[in-house]
Amino acid sequence: MSLWGWLLLGCGVAWATKFAGYLVPVRWLESPRMNRVAGTLTIGLLASLTAMNAVSSGQGIALDARLGALLVAAVALALRLPFLAVVVLGAAAAALIRLF
Amino acid sequence: MRFTPAVRIGLSIALATGLYGISFGALAVASGFTVLQTALLSLLMFTGGSQFAFIGVVGAGGTGAAAFGASSLLGVRNAVYGAQINRLLRPRRWWRPLAAQLTIDESAATAASQQDPAEQRRGFWVAGLGVYLLWNLFTLVGALLGDAMGDPRRWGLDGAAVAAFLGLLWPRLRSREPVAIAVACALVTVLALPWLPPGVPILLAAAVAAIWGWFGRGPAEEGLEPDVAPRSGGEAPR
Repeated sequence: MSLWGWLLLGCGVAWATKFAGYLVPVRWLESPRMNRVAGTLTIGLLASLTAMNAVSSGQGIALDARLGALLVAAVALALRLPFLAVVVLGAAAAALIRLF
Repeated sequence: MRFTPAVRIGLSIALATGLYGISFGALAVASGFTVLQTALLSLLMFTGGSQFAFIGVVGAGGTGAAAFGASSLLGVRNAVYGAQINRLLRPRRWWRPLAAQLTIDESAATAASQQDPAEQRRGFWVAGLGVYLLWNLFTLVGALLGDAMGDPRRWGLDGAAVAAFLGLLWPRLRSREPVAIAVACALVTVLALPWLPPGVPILLAAAVAAIWGWFGRGPAEEGLEPDVAPRSGGEAPR
């Protein structure tokens, strides 16, 4: 299937997942175990995406300016800067490190 | 419309969240998506984490199937929010499909931050519709900006993607267990990267996280924090 196909399918599944919450019996989705899996899944996926975007290079690993962006973003988040500022600082860090 | 506390919270969340649609739009274009594809992701998928996941996997060289897998799994928490909203608001049958589309971290958190049922309803719809309008507007702004910027690496946009994912993860790391899960899943990903096709290491990390949640004993609410926490006055979020 083309990227277009996966994109539209992904959009459909995203809506269906949300809608499913409105259809299934409340006790089924609101069990502590389902809540916990939904939570750990979210944390694990975001951590994995962070790591992949920081070091992946095709099928392999490259340590480059993106690690600087990761460090700067962590400092910005620790300082409680807003999301958009964190993203801009991350971009600036990667761009500056590449200059030198 | 009266500016009740829930409406004010909903509006401020809509602005804060909507604004970072700029970074999504710019990053999507930098990852090779057209402006039309980028706009459709925000209009139809409309759940920030999954959208970033989809473009992040493709940007890192993964297939459409892997991007679909990562974004769909990241959307699973929205089913939990849907059940919460359904219980709190009890929307009429024909409102449910629309309410479902607006069911995201921010609208669910705004509704849950209120005690009064009428306020919960206002909070959900104001935050949901507000984020929807601004998120889509700023996605388009970001996509057009990204299109005009040219070579994404020169502007450090690959660094921006790293920062964006860390920014989405950060509010969910409030105690020791979420940090342990995050470190474990990041490690699994890095170790798997050289051995598996692009995009597949994420699914491996997802499996680790799901098994951890299934057999774990941590509090049930971990990981379900909104990116921008609703606050009323000086109260703590939620």
